[in-house]
Amino acid sequence: MTEQFNLSRRGFIASVAASTGGLALGFPLGATAQQLAELAEPEINAWVVVQPDNTVVVRVAKIEMGQGTLTGLAQLVAEELDADWENVTWSYPTPGENVARERVWGSFGTFGSQGIRASQELVRQGGAAARAMLLQAAANRWGVGVDEVTVERGVISGPGGQTLTYGDVAEDAAALDVPENVPVKDPSTWTIAGQSLLRLDTADKTDGSRVYSIDYTMDGMVNAAIRQCPVQGGTVASFDASTAETMPGVMRVLQVDDSTVAVVADTWWRAKTALDAVEIEWDIPEENAGFNTAQFEEMMREGLDAEDAFVGNQAGDVAGALDGAAQVVEATYAFPWQHHVTMEPMNATALVTDDSCTVWTSTQNAESDLAAASQASGLEIAQCDVHRMNLGGGFGRRGASSTDYTTHAVKIAMAMKGTPVKVIWSREEDMLHGTYHPSTMARFRGALDEEGNLTGMHMRISGQSIFAGLMPFALQDGMDPLVFQGLQAESTEGEFGYTVPNLLIDHAMRNPPLRPGFWRGVNNNQNSFYLESFMDELADAAGRDPLEFRRSLMQNHPKHLAVLDTVAEAIGWDAGAPEGRAYGLCQHMGYGSYVAAAAEVSVDGDTVKIHRIVAATDPGHVVNPQQVEAQIEGSFAMGLSAAMVSEITMENGQVQEENFDTYPIMTMWEMPEVESHIVPSGDFWGGVGEPTIFVAAPAVLNAVARLTGQRVRELPLYKSGLRLG
Amino acid sequence: MEEARRITPPLDRERDMPILNVNGTSHDVVAEPETPLLWVLREQIGLTGTKYGCGIAACGACTVHIGGIPTRSCQVQLQDIAEGEEIVTIEGLSPDRSHPVQQAWVELDVPQCGYCQSGQIMAAVALLRDIPEPTDEDIRAAMSNLCRCGTYNRIRDGIKRAAELS
Ligand code: FES
Ligand code: FES
Repeated sequence: MTEQFNLSRRGFIASVAASTGGLALGFPLGATAQQLAELAEPEINAWVVVQPDNTVVVRVAKIEMGQGTLTGLAQLVAEELDADWENVTWSYPTPGENVARERVWGSFGTFGSQGIRASQELVRQGGAAARAMLLQAAANRWGVGVDEVTVERGVISGPGGQTLTYGDVAEDAAALDVPENVPVKDPSTWTIAGQSLLRLDTADKTDGSRVYSIDYTMDGMVNAAIRQCPVQGGTVASFDASTAETMPGVMRVLQVDDSTVAVVADTWWRAKTALDAVEIEWDIPEENAGFNTAQFEEMMREGLDAEDAFVGNQAGDVAGALDGAAQVVEATYAFPWQHHVTMEPMNATALVTDDSCTVWTSTQNAESDLAAASQASGLEIAQCDVHRMNLGGGFGRRGASSTDYTTHAVKIAMAMKGTPVKVIWSREEDMLHGTYHPSTMARFRGALDEEGNLTGMHMRISGQSIFAGLMPFALQDGMDPLVFQGLQAESTEGEFGYTVPNLLIDHAMRNPPLRPGFWRGVNNNQNSFYLESFMDELADAAGRDPLEFRRSLMQNHPKHLAVLDTVAEAIGWDAGAPEGRAYGLCQHMGYGSYVAAAAEVSVDGDTVKIHRIVAATDPGHVVNPQQVEAQIEGSFAMGLSAAMVSEITMENGQVQEENFDTYPIMTMWEMPEVESHIVPSGDFWGGVGEPTIFVAAPAVLNAVARLTGQRVRELPLYKSGLRLG
Repeated sequence: MEEARRITPPLDRERDMPILNVNGTSHDVVAEPETPLLWVLREQIGLTGTKYGCGIAACGACTVHIGGIPTRSCQVQLQDIAEGEEIVTIEGLSPDRSHPVQQAWVELDVPQCGYCQSGQIMAAVALLRDIPEPTDEDIRAAMSNLCRCGTYNRIRDGIKRAAELS
């Protein structure tokens, strides 16, 4: 690259540090404007700031919620930049800045295991462009061609042995035009990306100094506790605040919206205590008032036989195959509602003035919070902004279309203009007003021929649609294509991994009055549980080995097969399990990645013990192997929780589980050994935050069935008289 | 939209003002005697490293040491704390993240979101004080704190690494 860049100073420099309140960088809130302004410069391009002391600040558009994306994205930028990793730090631009800069950072939405894969191209090009500019600046300084300079770990060398650091030339580089289409590196040459580097954000999680949204505080801030109608569609008929208003610290008791009452006090504990003393009468719509889990199960069972269904995947003639089968295998499965239970309950802080609305919150999609802030305050987008705070977990609860807590904070802050208000949902409030993992059922009919070959299969899904309940505008002619995650033909996102000549996968939509949402893994969770359990049931009926049976159907799906073979070999499938134990395996594709698992279990009386679980993941490319491993481990904990111990139920239109005592999640005691095999095949980019979660349950339950003959078809485990030990 | 009201936090100075000894420092506290220690730490003293996860003793995110004993601070009321009783929170573990458990946590990248980790670390420190070289079984039996991110295996490895560093 020898072209000279235009030396005219670009339009403006974003005051990124000022707008992040310095917080993301770990600077005290009291940092002066002067200090913050110094931090902001010089910006090489939207992605990279190099400070005079050689600190490289990587702008991160996606959010870190534990999944390691922050470090991974910084690795990708630093790699292209040839930066010294020791000098790399990060900052979060705000959604307001993104809007002002014509969305230079792309989408902030962090879900669908897209943190790396959906932005890798953009951030790598950002890093490569910044590198080109820094090198050009050095070449200009020395009056040599840019092809005569080299760089290693942020130190640029000229033809005569002279050196300059990135910090030395940052200001010159910032004045150059940002080049376009700078080539990025071949991943096989990576030295920073692809390595198991330690995360950039661990230290402050070990001494209590990390500020999560719930910890955020401002001068003059007050606290609010809220109660929303526990039945969907219910509204506030009246409330009596006479006792609450006299309680210590209480400033206001107010109705926030149709279905929400809030108490504002000096401290949150006082607000919550007073809220318990507010007597609220609700108007509850009759059709929801009596709704319960059993009723929904009935609706779903009816759907299993219903004539009308949306078709997700179809080949050949299933009815003919079933008619002509030597054996028809039939089974029905069910998956219950789940709650995200992020360890940090929902919360947000808002400050509203006559002409501004500012929010501080933990969110997976600050742009939707920005829109929510504008809508709730009635102010223009340009008058609003959202500062992204650290998240105590996301898992989909803090994603798009779930900005309820931001809306509450803004509405209460509007009633108290000029005073910052922090709203915290109690854990009970959080559990009663989730965006729940949808509940569905599935019935299979499989046709086997004389030789035990699968000639046809009908998979009927019946039950809840996330799109219908949360974002109906996304439905396609009434159909929710997302219901078929991992079951679709020829999909780069989640392809059905078997070749079945006569196939029908369809969905009878049945929706309960319970708001659904995107829960880590989303519909892949139940789809994989259904399909991979049934594959074992088919193999059993055919008298064939479950691995061999699957392999015979997977020859056209080499990547699905490769991960399955990897776990089979790693667990020692052919040698068989030790006495008293059994192995189970499964595979599934989702979020662009191929995953498989094999579990080793024993059963003692009613107690299932998972001794170890082996995982294989092919995400195409791997940016940080040890963080991929962390995601695999975490996915097992969350997926096994849902399969084994957790369940949301409903009585009288109301969620019954309000805290961890009635909605238990897996503990360390139950957590198995996890062995991860990361086998990237290199020609695509898949996600890693979610995929392993799909293969947690079926691997274990297939092992349980092989050991005991007992097939678990309804989750969680207690419905089969079993428990996890 | 209603007019904003002037807010003066009306802390009730008439009530008892117990003195709490937190991380070796004395703090005057103004709060109702039933206020959980968790919220006193977070809202009165400003030590937000101790987390709220459930409020019912189920998750362990609020774990602190009282007189050396790991305790779920959401269950301890202000009035239950004896004057001068030693309370240690995550912020008081070391001045510079040098406690072996903190070192091990960084070395092994134990945390994911990190929200449960203050409680996990306080529980781990107490375990290592009782059993300096715990086996896997000791760890699994002692560590009942919840982690939604599923960092359990790294917590276990972190405790064993901390034992080596101690
Ligand atoms: S907040 Fe105290 S145990 Fe959960
Ligand atoms: S690290 Fe997120 S809850 Fe434990």
